[in-house]
Order: sequence, then structure tokens, then C-alpha cells
Amino acid sequence: MASARLRELFGLVPVGLLVTAGFTAVVLSRTEEINDLSLTYGGFFLGLCVFAHFFIRARLPQADPYLFPLAALLAAFGLVMIYRIDEELARQQAQWFVIGLLFFCATVLVLRDHRVLERYRYTIAAASIALLFLPRVPGIGGRVNGAFLAVEIGPVQFQPAELAKIGIIVFLASYLGDTRDVLVRGRLPRLSLKHFGPLLVVWGAAMLLLVFIRDLGSSLMFFGGFLALLYVATSRLSLVAAGAAMFAAGAVFFANTVSHVQERVEVWLDPLRPRVVEDEGYQIAQSMFAQADGGLFGTGFGRALLELPGGNLILPAADTDLIYALIVNELGLFGATAVVMIYLLFAARGFKVALLARDGFSKLLAAGLTAVFAMQVFVIVGGVTRVIPLTGVTLPFVSYGGSSIVANLVLLALLLIISHDARRDTAEARGGLA
Amino acid sequence: MNRPIVHLFGLFTLLFALLVAFTSRWSVFEAQSLEDNTANRRPLLEQQRVPRGLIFARDGTLVASNRQLGNRQTRRFVRRYPTESLFSHAIGYSFIDRGRAGVEQSKNDILTGSGNEFASLIDELSGAQEGDSLRTTLDPDAQRAAKAGLGGRRGSVVAIEPDTGRIRAMVSLPDFDPNAVRARFNELNADEGSPLFNRATQARYPPGSTFKVVTAAAGLDSGRFGPNTAVSGKNNKPISGVPLQNFEGAQFGQVTLTEALTKSINTAWAEVGTDIGDSTMLRYMRRFGFGAEPPVDYPRSQLAASGVFDEDQLLDEDDPIDIGRVAIGQERLQVTPLQMAMVAATVANEGVLMQPQFGERAIAPDGRVTERIRPDRVRRVIDASAARDLAGMMTSVVEKGSGTAAQLRGVRVAGKTGTAERGAGVNQAWFIAFAPVANPKIALAVTVEQAKGTGGEVAAPIARSVLEVILDAKGRGNSAPAAAGGF
Repeated sequence: MASARLRELFGLVPVGLLVTAGFTAVVLSRTEEINDLSLTYGGFFLGLCVFAHFFIRARLPQADPYLFPLAALLAAFGLVMIYRIDEELARQQAQWFVIGLLFFCATVLVLRDHRVLERYRYTIAAASIALLFLPRVPGIGGRVNGAFLAVEIGPVQFQPAELAKIGIIVFLASYLGDTRDVLVRGRLPRLSLKHFGPLLVVWGAAMLLLVFIRDLGSSLMFFGGFLALLYVATSRLSLVAAGAAMFAAGAVFFANTVSHVQERVEVWLDPLRPRVVEDEGYQIAQSMFAQADGGLFGTGFGRALLELPGGNLILPAADTDLIYALIVNELGLFGATAVVMIYLLFAARGFKVALLARDGFSKLLAAGLTAVFAMQVFVIVGGVTRVIPLTGVTLPFVSYGGSSIVANLVLLALLLIISHDARRDTAEARGGLA
Repeated sequence: MNRPIVHLFGLFTLLFALLVAFTSRWSVFEAQSLEDNTANRRPLLEQQRVPRGLIFARDGTLVASNRQLGNRQTRRFVRRYPTESLFSHAIGYSFIDRGRAGVEQSKNDILTGSGNEFASLIDELSGAQEGDSLRTTLDPDAQRAAKAGLGGRRGSVVAIEPDTGRIRAMVSLPDFDPNAVRARFNELNADEGSPLFNRATQARYPPGSTFKVVTAAAGLDSGRFGPNTAVSGKNNKPISGVPLQNFEGAQFGQVTLTEALTKSINTAWAEVGTDIGDSTMLRYMRRFGFGAEPPVDYPRSQLAASGVFDEDQLLDEDDPIDIGRVAIGQERLQVTPLQMAMVAATVANEGVLMQPQFGERAIAPDGRVTERIRPDRVRRVIDASAARDLAGMMTSVVEKGSGTAAQLRGVRVAGKTGTAERGAGVNQAWFIAFAPVANPKIALAVTVEQAKGTGGEVAAPIARSVLEVILDAKGRGNSAPAAAGGF
């Protein structure tokens, strides 16, 4: 059987094919002069992938061989779509990959053992919560579509929720790893406020997010990740059901009392009403129109209608929030299903890492990171396809954006570290490093 | 802890399946209704990326073409109308930001190539989707003559080939230059003269005595009257209990029906109308096309029905109608110029109404004729012999009655004048006609708003000049296209 690393290298072959085919298709569909240099972004990206492969080979030789190629495949989809929108954006995205990979390597090098994180759990929790509320700080906070999601420091804009999600999962995994025995054994009537306390705190934080950050999406993503962890830690559906009910009750309450949440819900229910469709419902309506234009097979890379005569894009936020709609438009239902399948495979490998992990914290951390990642995919793709109200989170690895790439590469690094650790144990148990 | 992890994966599998289900909902199952949604500008923008089919006049004159804008990446096409205002109302316009009107709207499927599913699939595969060009039935010389005849006065001319229904001329004044629609739309829309309003198809006017042709058709076809039936032309005859006056109070004794038409005697025709009765009168009106929008290949939003109206409500036999006054074009009767041209064309075509049409054929970009638009018969309105009798009576109007101004040298013309008073010394002047009587090649209706004279004085000369151009210019009105097999 080929070694794990060889399988990983082979896994990069489809990535290379996709990048080559995608860039070629985009170039062919353009009749104007295109910058020859821009073609090198694709090659540059492939070079980074190979570099990352050798880095993993050196530092994490036992790590799961599929996670990285799957992430690279998603990033390749994203890079081709972004290249198709704007050459300059593709150049910046390629640069962000360099920075993201630096973070990736740094995580692997600094964090030889992920269990160290447990020691700093309260620091990490406090920092993450602070990060989340950063966009509300006057002067650096920015409001995007009514939600407070971004921070601007000088020319750099970043979305703190992306990094905060990792920190919060680290904290929860660590905390639940310690208290799970109490939660598992305690009978519901005898569970005191002491045990329920953290649950209530997290619920309260999610509600605060809903009201202060004004974003159902991030709130759903965090709380979903929390419930997933709670379930994995305790196996108690009653706790999860109670948590879900509390979240639903809170969400319904705010949907009926806070006007901007209410408006969001109304837009979600019927975005094609005459006045709404040009205003609050414009984004989701354009998303649906773009998908309708795609059909089964799509228009092909680079061939969808995107630019208005004035130079504006008909599909707003095509490079970030609505990039999935553009994928449906150009690759059709089949291509979009393929993308969703890649995410599902990524989630499958992530959960596999959790299954193989030996200790409670590692299991919870791997399961939590995977769950929050999958939850983010559900929130944004669900928003774009109107399963839930549209909110502004990025599509991991695919959307344009520095904070998203950096955070998700760190998430990937953590999963690979846990995986390497678990498999190394297995290998040692089998009797040998050879 | 492994079991819940597997469950969790199961849950995400379900959630992701939901995502795929919703993606298929928008991209496949509800795609059509989303494409048709009026808020969806994509179809319009897509259409702008491919050149629209060209529009030609009957003789091959280019009426609508495309101007290319933008560089190759942002390439788009904008309509250009080389003949400017000559065909303004008939052809209309098509602009992304202003919508479409006229033939540009009604023949949009041909012009965008979206009418034929199979062809558009092939085009899509070969990446060369382009609309078909359209050859219309419109005649630039006739248009020019009609415009010149109206001479800037508000009014309308519609000329139709009786045996085919082909519309040779449709003019409505004031008109507009379609090239200026984009820049000056709001100005044109607000203009006091309503230049965007097609008077030929949308304006409802009192028809005056031209409507006596319809009354005569009902009388002759029902067998109750013949051209020589004696009727009384006494002035101040009570009709529906109210005395009715002849034009300028003229007094007549017993006259034949032919004389009554020739001299346009109101009291005689009102009596014919009451004799026939309202249900028969209304039935014949409906057969001529009254009471519904004309069956023409023109946008419905730009068509108006003709008939007896109470405000905007169309009346029928259940409503109290003074049918005697309807019979002479009074009461609350309102008609469009197109409807009156259809009346003249029906009489000219031995009583058969043909569907009026603008389209002649569709031509693919490679020159193939993809569709020939055949003449379409609507119905027989009156018997051929009744139609011939009526044609004779109308000939008498032009030869020795109120319509002498429409006489042509060497060609017998049949016609009927109409003068509806719109105030002191101001009339809605009408003339409907067809020629040559023995073998009619063209039928028309002419009307002028706020005219200072009668229909015979104001409208008949315009009809004459249009008839002259159509019958003389192209070999005595040969209806075959001049450039058959042309471009």
C-alpha cells in the first residue's frame, strides 16, 4: 500500500488538473488582451500546494492524507472563480495563500503538541470573545449589510469571527473534556446551575452575538458548533435538544422584536416582492437568478453574465458571500453538487480524525473544528440557496478573503496535528516507527 | 464518544443533501419562473449581448439595425433606426432601459431568435446565437405620402391590402424619432401631443358618417335593404324620440339607399339602423371586429377595441343604446383608425376580413427564409354580393357625392366620408376608401383631429395621395413584393 504521503501527493493531481483546466477556460472565454503574468497565479498556487505537501511530509508524516488535497481542491475552485471575476483579486488571493501557509507552518512548528492549548483555555476564550466584539468598537468596526462583521485597521480588513471560531472550539473542547463526566452521569433534575452554567453562558453569548453583531449566520455557526460538541461529549440528546430549543426560542423572540432581524426574516421568506427585490432582497434575488441561469450544467467557466454595462457586477459580493451562486451559474447543478460533496468528504475526514484520536480533548477538538467548519458551509450555502436567511460568512477555502484563508488553514493545521498524533500512537502501538 | 461523532456526520450529510436539494430547486425546477421574473434583468442583458435581427421595409429598406458599443469584452448592441421617425409607431423601439414597443415588441421572438427552441439550442452549441431578421409589409413611399398628407396635423392613416391583410402604411402624428427614445423618453412621455401614443391603434374617435358603411353592410347582408330600396331623408325625423338633423339641416324626400350614402343623409341611415335593430347591428359590428382588440401582430398593450362605450366600459345589447344614432356614427360610438381600415378592407375583399399583419417573412442570418407569414382569414363578415353592392354605393360617394376629392385619374375609387363635430367649427375628419373598385389592391382609413373642414375636404385628399402612391409607384398596386427573393 502506498504510504499516506504518496496518496496525498496523488491527491494533488486533480487540483492541478482543475487549476489548469479552469484557468484555460477562463482565458479562452475572454476575447480581450489578458495579462500573461496572471496565468502564473495558477502555477504559483500549485507550487504552494507542493511546498505544503513536503512540509507535511517532513513535520506530520502520519497525518491524514486526504484533508490537505481536499482543501487544496476547494481553494483551486475558489481561485479559478476569483480569477474569472478579476485578475487582480486572484493575485491578492494567491498572496493570501502565502500568508495563510506561513500561519499553517507556524501552527505546526510552534504547536508540537496540541494538548498545550488546554493550559491556555481561558485566555483563548477571552481573546476569542474579545475578537468577536471587536467590530463593534468605534473607529475600527465596520458595518457590512447591517451586520458588524469586519474590522478595519489601516488598509487591512479582516473578519474576526473566522479566527474566533477556532478559539471558541478550543475552549469548549477543553472545558467539556473536563466536565463531561458530570454532565454524562448527572440526572437531569439533579444537575445544578453549576453544571448548566456554562451552557447558559454560551447560549447567552450566542444571543448577544445575534443582537450585537446582528448576524444570525455567525451566531448559528457558533451555537451549532457548541451543540455538536456537547452532543459528542455527553451523547445526551436531551441536552442538545434543550440547547437547540433555547436557541430557537431566542431566535424567534428576536425575529419578532428586533426590527433588523425581523426584516431579514421577511426578506428570506419572500425576496421577490416588487419593492423588496430591488432593495433588501436584491442580493438573494440575484443569487437565485444566477442559479437559475446556471441550470444543470452551467454556462462554463468564465461564461456567465457577471458584468453590467456600467462595469458593476450584477451578482453582488460574487467573490465572497455569493461565490456559491456564481459556481452554480458557471458549473451548474452538477459542479455545485461536486463542491458540496468535497465539503462533505472534508467533514468525513475531519470526523475520522476525531474517531481515531485517543484522548477526550483531541476527539472533541477534532470533532468540534470539523463541525464548526461544516456548519459554516451550511450557513453560507444555505443562505445563498435560501434554506436559511442569507448572512455574511465566507465559504471556507473558496471565498476571497485573507482572514478566511488564514483561519481555515490554521484549522486544517490543527486537524492534521491531531491526526498525526493519533496515527503515530497507532503506529507505535503496532510496534515500530519503521 | 465515537457513536455521536458518526451521528454528527450523518446529520451533516442530511444538511448537505438539503443544500443540494435547494440548489436544484433554483437551478432546475424553478429556473424557468425565475428567468421569467420581471425583476430578473439577466434575459434582457443577455439579449443585449447578441445582435437583434434587422428589420426591413417591404422594398428592402433597412428600418432597424444595431450599433455596437463597448470593447470586445463588454460588447453590446444598441438599436439604431436609420429611417428615423418614418416608421416610429409601426416599428416601435427596443431598448434595455426603455422596454419595447410596436413590431419590435410583437416580433421579439423572431428578432431575438428565441422563438425556435431547436434553432436556439444549435446556436447555443455553436456559440453564435443571433436573431432572425424580419421583412415587414410596410411601404416607405406610402408612409411618406401619408405623413406628407397629414402635413403635421394630428391624425392617422392606416392602409391595408384587402386580400392579404398586409399593412402597407401606418402613420400616427405627432410621431417620434425612435433613436431619441432613450435620451428623451420622459420628455416624450410628458409631451402634450402624446407622440408615443399610437393614434392608429389606440385612439378612439367618433367615426362620424364613415360608420354608415357598417350600417349599410348590415342592411344589405341581412336582406332587408338593397342599393335601390327607398328610404326617407326627411330632416328632423324623431329617432329614439328625439328629432335628428341632417348635415346643415338639409331636407330630402324619398331617396334610394345609394343616394342616401352618396349624400350621407343622417335621418335615412338612422332609420335603417333602427329598422335593423340593435342586436343585429351589434352582431355585424362584432363580425367586423368591433368589441375586441384587432387580431393584428402588434402588442396588446398598444391596441384598443372599438365599439359603443360608457366611459371605458364596452356596451352590448343588454345596455340601453340609441342604435339609430349609432348607425350614423354618433351616440357613444368610438373607433380606432385601424378598425375603420379593416371595415374598408372587408368590403373591398368581397366581405371577407383578413387578419391585419406587419410581418412578411423571417430571414436567418445566413439568408435562409425561416418563416413566411401567410395571409390569415379571420371570417366572412358579409356576403360577396352584399359587399359588391356596397362597393358600388361607395363608388358613387367618390364619383358624385361627398368624397369627390379622392378621385384618381384612370382608377375608380370607392369611399365614405365622415365628419364628427368636436366643437364650434372643429371636426374629427374621416375618410375610408379602397381602390381600384373592380380589383381592390388597397384599402385605407384616414382621420384628422381638430380639422377645420369636413372629412371630404380634409381627409379625402390625404387618402387620394396615399392611394396614388401605392397604386402607381409599384406597377399599379401589384401586391407581389417588389424585390422578390431579394436580399
